[in-house]
Amino acid sequence: MKKPAPRESSKSFKIDSPESLQLFKKSIVAGESATGKEVVICCGSGCMSSGSEHVREAFVSESKQQGLEDEVTIKRSGCRGLCVRGPIVVVDPDDIFYQYVTKEDVPEIISETLLENRVVEKLLDEDPATGKKYLHEDDIPFYKKQKRVVLKNCGRIDPTSIEDYIKVDGFQAVAKVVSRMTPEEVIEDIKLSGLRGRGGAGFPTGIKWETAGNAPGEEKYIICNGDEGDPGAFMDRSVMEGDPFSVLEGMMIAGYAVGASRGIIYVRAEYPLAVHHLSTAIAQCADLGLLGRDVMGSGFDFEIKIVKGAGAFVCGEETALIASVEGRSGQPRPKPPFPAIQGLWGKPTIINNVETLVNVSRIMLNGAEWYSKIGTETNKGTKIFSLVGTVRNVGLVEVEMGTTLREIIYDVGGGIPGGKRFKAVQTGGPSGGCIPEELLDLPVEYETLANVGSIMGSGGMLVMDESTCIVNIARYFLDFAQHESCGQCVPCRLGTKQMFKILKDITKGEGNPQDINTLFYLAEAVKAGSICGLGMTVPNPVLSTIKYFRDEYREHIHEKRCRALVCRSLISYHIKEYKCKACLKCLQACPVDAIIGAKWQVHEIDQTKCVKCGTCMEVCPSRFSAVECVSGQVIED
Amino acid sequence: MTKHVPLTINGVEVRAPEGTTILTAAQDAGIYIPTLCHCPDVSSQGVCRLCLVKIEKRRRLEPSCRTLVEEGMVVVTDDAEIEQLRQVILELILSDHDFNCLLCPKSGNCRLQELVTHIDYNERRFNRFEHVAKELPIDTSNPFFNFNPNKCIHCTICVRTCNEISGTHAIDMAHRGYDLKVSTFANKPLKESVCVSCGECVERCPVGALTPKKVEHPTREVKTTCTHCGVGCGLYLGIRGGAIIRARGDRENPVNQGNLCVRGRYGHEFVDCHERLSFPLVRAYDEYAQASSIVDEVTEKGKPVTAPLVKREGKFVEITWDQAIKYVASTLSHYKGDQFSAISSAKCTNEENYLFQKFVRVVMGTNNIDHCARL
Ligand SMILES: Cc1cc2nc3c(=O)[nH]c(=O)nc-3n(C[C@H](O)[C@H](O)[C@H](O)COP(=O)(O)O)c2cc1C
Ligand code: SF4
Ligand code: SF4
Ligand code: SF4
Ligand code: SF4
Ligand code: FES
Repeated sequence: MKKPAPRESSKSFKIDSPESLQLFKKSIVAGESATGKEVVICCGSGCMSSGSEHVREAFVSESKQQGLEDEVTIKRSGCRGLCVRGPIVVVDPDDIFYQYVTKEDVPEIISETLLENRVVEKLLDEDPATGKKYLHEDDIPFYKKQKRVVLKNCGRIDPTSIEDYIKVDGFQAVAKVVSRMTPEEVIEDIKLSGLRGRGGAGFPTGIKWETAGNAPGEEKYIICNGDEGDPGAFMDRSVMEGDPFSVLEGMMIAGYAVGASRGIIYVRAEYPLAVHHLSTAIAQCADLGLLGRDVMGSGFDFEIKIVKGAGAFVCGEETALIASVEGRSGQPRPKPPFPAIQGLWGKPTIINNVETLVNVSRIMLNGAEWYSKIGTETNKGTKIFSLVGTVRNVGLVEVEMGTTLREIIYDVGGGIPGGKRFKAVQTGGPSGGCIPEELLDLPVEYETLANVGSIMGSGGMLVMDESTCIVNIARYFLDFAQHESCGQCVPCRLGTKQMFKILKDITKGEGNPQDINTLFYLAEAVKAGSICGLGMTVPNPVLSTIKYFRDEYREHIHEKRCRALVCRSLISYHIKEYKCKACLKCLQACPVDAIIGAKWQVHEIDQTKCVKCGTCMEVCPSRFSAVECVSGQVIED
Repeated sequence: MTKHVPLTINGVEVRAPEGTTILTAAQDAGIYIPTLCHCPDVSSQGVCRLCLVKIEKRRRLEPSCRTLVEEGMVVVTDDAEIEQLRQVILELILSDHDFNCLLCPKSGNCRLQELVTHIDYNERRFNRFEHVAKELPIDTSNPFFNFNPNKCIHCTICVRTCNEISGTHAIDMAHRGYDLKVSTFANKPLKESVCVSCGECVERCPVGALTPKKVEHPTREVKTTCTHCGVGCGLYLGIRGGAIIRARGDRENPVNQGNLCVRGRYGHEFVDCHERLSFPLVRAYDEYAQASSIVDEVTEKGKPVTAPLVKREGKFVEITWDQAIKYVASTLSHYKGDQFSAISSAKCTNEENYLFQKFVRVVMGTNNIDHCARL
C-alpha cells in the first residue's frame, strides 16, 4: 500500500478516547510501505521559491515511468531550515540529504539512490575547506549545533497529513492532558518547565495561563499570534506551514488549562500556505473528532477558527490584534487591563505566540522536567531564529537558549561569505539593536540581549558585514517604524518621522554636529512616551548604533564619509589614470553616458553626470581594476 | 460616601476621592499638569503623552489623565526628565502644525498656544525638525463648521465626543502612522456623512481644526431656554451689537448639561429674520360665511378690513391674538369627529402637546392626532 490510512476511511472513524488514538496510530504504522522508501521534498516557502514543486512533479512522473509508484512514497514537507540550499530532498530510509536539487537531477536520484542504493555525490553538502561530503542532515555543521525541539517535525512530516503527525506521537500530549490531568496540574507543569513567551517579551507562560484561568467568566479565548510582521522573519511561518498540527495541539492544551472552548489563529493574509495548511489541519482534526465537542471523551469542547490579518506590523501587538479581530482598526491600548483578564470581547484571553504553543505541546509530551533541563537558569528551552543577511547559511535555526551569538553566526550560520569582515548583528526584528563584534560571545537570553540595548523579539537575526553602512541601516529601520506606527501617540507618530528625516539627512551628507544629540533625545522620548511595545522599542536601532558605532555617525556628519561606501551622496567613482587601458567597457556600460574617453584615450568620469550606480566598477575587467569608489577623501590622480 | 485615598503629589499630601485620576487630584490640589488630549466630558485616551508623570515603584511614566489614584501613591508631576520629554513632544506637535496663528479662528482660545507659554521648548532642536506643509484640503461642506486637518493635532477628542456625547459615530481615526487622520466613513465630506451637525466636537476641539463658520466673540451673554423643541435645553446666547451671534449650552442646566443639537447651537438666525412672524396672521380668504363676520372685524395695519375678501385671496392679514383665537374657535365649531384631524408641533412643550391631544380627543371627538416629529 502506498499511502498510510487513506483519508476516506477516517471519515467514519472517530478518535474518541486516548485508546482509540493509540489504535489509530498502530493502524498507520502497520500500513506503511515495507521498503520504507520515501522521498521527502521540502515545500517550505524558501524551497518552493527555488522550484521544489517542479522537482516533486518530476519525482511523481519519473517514478511512474520507472514503475516505482507502489514502492516509493513521495511527500511534501515543511521547511528544513537550510533555505539557501533549496530545493532540498531527503531520501529515506537512509536519510540522505540532497541539496540544490533540480528536476534534471530527479532521474539520477531515482535510478541511483532508490534503485541501486548509491549516493549521488554531486548533490551532497560539502565542506568548502576540507572537501568533506556530508551524507546525513545531522552531520552537516549547520544542524550540528542546533537543537530541534520546536522544529522537530518540520521538514519531516507531510503538513497536510494528520496520519503523518499522529505517527510521530501527535496528539499524545493532548490525550495525556485531557484524560489524566486537571487544568491546575497543566498550568503547574508549564510553570515548572520555565517556558517564557516567544512572541518577544518573554513573559512566563504559566503565570499568564494562571491569571486567565483564575479570571472570572465562563467564556474565555485562546488566540495564537501568527502575525509575524517583522521583515525578514519566517520562524512562525515555517512552523505553521510545516507543522500546523503541533500549533493546534498547543492551543488545545492551553484551552483545557484555562477553561476556554474557543481558539483563534491570527495569521497574516500574506501567508497563504500557512493559512491553507492550518485550515486543512483544522478540518482533518474536526473530521477525526479531535476538535469539537467532547475531545477524546473528556467532556472538554474546543473549536479553532482562523482570522486573517491585513498585514499591519502593529497588529502583532496583542491589544491591537484583539482590536483587529473585533473588527476595529488595529490600535494598541494601554495595559492594564491585560488580555488575560479582559481580552477579546472583554473576556479573559490568552494570546500566545506560535512557537510558544508548539513548545507547550512538546512540554506536555516529554514532561516539564525534560524541558527545564534545556537552556539556561532563567531562559529555558530553545529559540528559533531566522538567520538572514550576509551569512553563509541563510535559514531557520533552532538553538538552545544561552548559545552565543558567535556560535549561531559562525558555527551554525557558517560565518560571513566572500572574505568580508563581520560588522554587526541585529536581533529581534526591526525594533532590535545592532550588536557589535566585541559582544559576539554574548549568550542569547532575553535579559542579556536587553542589557546590550537589543531585544529577543520574535527571533529575527540579521547579520551585517563591513559593506553595510550602519547609519543607513538605522535609517532603513526608522523608515519601517514611521510607516508601521499606528499613529496614536505623539512621540511615536512624529518622533519616528523626525528621526528618519535626520538619519536620511546624515546619509545624504547633510547632517549637522548636533544631530547625534537630537537623535538621542528623540529616541528617548519615543521610548519613554509610547503606549505600546512598538514605540518602546523602535528607537533601539538608533540608540544601539549611536552607542556602538558613534564613529561612523561622526564620519558621516563631520567628514562626509561613508566607510562602507553605501551612502550615494557621500561616495564617488573614479578611474585611475595609470590603470585604465581605455578598453571602452565602462564607457559603453554607463547608463547616463557620464564617461568621457575613446580608444587609446584614458577614460574619465564626469562627476556632474554620474549617478553612482557602480556599473563601471562592475564591468571594468578585474585584471585592470581601474575604477575605484571612494568616500570623504582626497583623490590624487 | 466615596472613600478618599491619601497620596503624595510633588511632596504634598493630598486626599482624592477613589476613582479619580491623578490629573484631577493634582488639579484639585492646584498643581498644573499640561494636557492636550484630555477632555473632562469624555473618556481618556492618553495619546498626547504630555501629562505623563512619575509614580514611585512603577517602571514607566504613566499618563495622569487615565491613571487612577491609589492609596499611598507617590507622584512627581514635573522634573528634569519629564520636562525634557514634554519639550520634545511639544516640539514634535508644532513641527506637524500649520501654526499661522494670526489667521487662525482659534487664536486666543487655543490650548496649543497656551501650552507654548507653559513649556519651554528647545528652539534649536525644533528648527532642526522637518516642517511639512501638509496642505490637506479643508472640509467646508458642513453649513455650520469647517474641518481643517492641517491644524489637527490628532487628540481624538472629537471622535470620543461624537461617540460618547453625540452618539452619532460620524467620525473616527483612519489610516496609520503619519497618515493618521480624522475621517468620516469612506472619507466623504462631512455633509455627506451621518454627521448631525450637533457641533459638540467643534465645541471641544482644543485647536483650530474644527471651528464654527461664524467666529465672532460676543460682548455679553444671555441665559435662556432654547425655543426649538420641547426638551427645553438651557443655553447662553452670545450678543454683539444687539444681535445674537452664537449659542452655547448651559452646563449647569440639568436638562442638557451643556449639550445642544444643531438647531439650538446654530439655528438662532431666525430671531432677527425679516420673514419672522410677529403677529398672528390670517389668510384673508374664507369660503365660509360664518368666518367672514370675524374677518370683517380684522384690522389691517390698525384699519378695519372693509373691502371684499375675495380680492385679498392668498394674502395674509395681521390680526390680534384674541381675534385669532376667536377665528379658530368659530371655524372649528363646524367640524366634529373624523371630519377633523390635527398635527401637533415639536416646537411646543410636552405640556402643550398633551393638552392639544386631549383637546382633539375630548373636544373634537377624534383620535386623528399626530405629531410632526413622526413625519
Ligand atoms: C509592535 C509589536 C509587534 C508584535 N508582533 C508580534 C508578532 O508578530 N507575533 C507574536 O507572536 N507576538 C508579537 N508581539 C508580542 C505580542 O504583543 C504578545 O506579547 C505575544 O503574542 C504574547 O505571546 P507569548 O507570551 O507567547 O510571547 C508584538 C508586540 C509588539 C509590541
Ligand atoms: S507606541 Fe506607536 S504603535 Fe504603539 S500605540 Fe503608540 S503610536 Fe501606536
Ligand atoms: S490652532 Fe492654535 S496654535 Fe494652531 S494656528 Fe490656530 S491658534 Fe495657532
Ligand atoms: S457635529 Fe456632532 S455628529 Fe457631527 S461629527 Fe461632530 S459630534 Fe459628530
Ligand atoms: S479635529 Fe480637533 S478634536 Fe479632533 S482630533 Fe483634531 S485637534 Fe483633536
Ligand atoms: S492629556 Fe493625558 S495623554 Fe494627553
